[in-house]
Amino acid sequence: MEIKVVIAILVGTIFINNYVLSQMLGLCPFLGVSKKLDSALGMGLAVIFVMTIASFFTFLLYRYILLPYDIIYLRTISFIIIIASLVQFVEMVIEKVSPALYQTLGIFLPLITTNCAVLGVAVLNINSGFVTTEFGLFKSVIQGFGAGTGFTLSLILMAGIRERLELADIPENMKGLPITFITAGLLALAFLGFAGMKI
Amino acid sequence: MNLFQEFKKGIWEKNPILVLSLGMCPTLAVSTSISNALWMALATTFVLLGSNILISLIKGFVPAHVRIPVYITIIATYVTIVELYLHAFQPAVYKSLGIFIPLIVVNCIILGRAEEFASKNGVVASAADALGMGLGFGITLTVLAFFRESLGANTILGYTFIEGMEPSSAMILAPGAFITLGLMLWGMNAINSRKKE
Repeated sequence: MEIKVVIAILVGTIFINNYVLSQMLGLCPFLGVSKKLDSALGMGLAVIFVMTIASFFTFLLYRYILLPYDIIYLRTISFIIIIASLVQFVEMVIEKVSPALYQTLGIFLPLITTNCAVLGVAVLNINSGFVTTEFGLFKSVIQGFGAGTGFTLSLILMAGIRERLELADIPENMKGLPITFITAGLLALAFLGFAGMKI
Repeated sequence: MNLFQEFKKGIWEKNPILVLSLGMCPTLAVSTSISNALWMALATTFVLLGSNILISLIKGFVPAHVRIPVYITIIATYVTIVELYLHAFQPAVYKSLGIFIPLIVVNCIILGRAEEFASKNGVVASAADALGMGLGFGITLTVLAFFRESLGANTILGYTFIEGMEPSSAMILAPGAFITLGLMLWGMNAINSRKKE
């Protein structure tokens, strides 16, 4: 296990295969919570947190329960149940331990269950073949963390742009979602530039 | 309660993608070709129909505070059926839709309709609602895929679109998806505001 592998996974998930702008996962919160910079930051932190933990638990579930008992067809059901209960659990823990953090993240946590990027990273960890490789658990967790960071990065970029767009003079019919999509398109075009990077 | 009205509203008036803006991830990600879009629409409609019918049947027994996990589990069961079916009988489709088949579970259209409609209405009305929403989703997805496939790969359902045209690969990738959907939403707003005048 080299540090190079870790960096490759991180750069890969944050920039080259950014979950939002190049794989198009997690678009509902990306469009819904990117109106204000501080709520975007709160949502992003909550997603990083849940994705990292979800990668850990779904990997363990797949490796030590689903695979040995040959019930991998239950993957989708078991993963979504794990993620839903994890989100609920995280919400309760944060509420008890740190009420201040709960105030900031609280409203975003229930939304994360239906964030397809969380289930997406869990399924992608399995599809990338981490189960059979050495240090698979560690790689999964890194990939989950990287995916969450990439999501947060694009969310913050988008929120910054949208705050400025509020003041811009745009055609009446284009206000709201249409201009947001076109902005996201231009942002995705910029991220396309990372696609040529080889690590 | 007019059944045809329940069916019809999903297509334009309450179109799940263009008006309710639900289910964005599969919309943008699988609209790279018309055949992908049609398979996705079919799979989603099946899951939507099954879950809407079952949820409207059990709505009396499920306690309110555990309803979301129950709905998600029901939806995940139907998605597993679709996943196993496609894996067994349509391996090419299974491969090209890839990760977006398990992700039908978190398609907000399905949970949204379960919460919004099936948990409050009867079985027949829920089935009509599911079919209408599925059709609206399918039509929007296919139109989006038509633009992206014709401009991005210069083909329509595998046939050449315009002889000798240079396709723009950005249309197949993420930017094309965002910009095309943005323009479609713009067009829809323009038509609606003209109607009002």
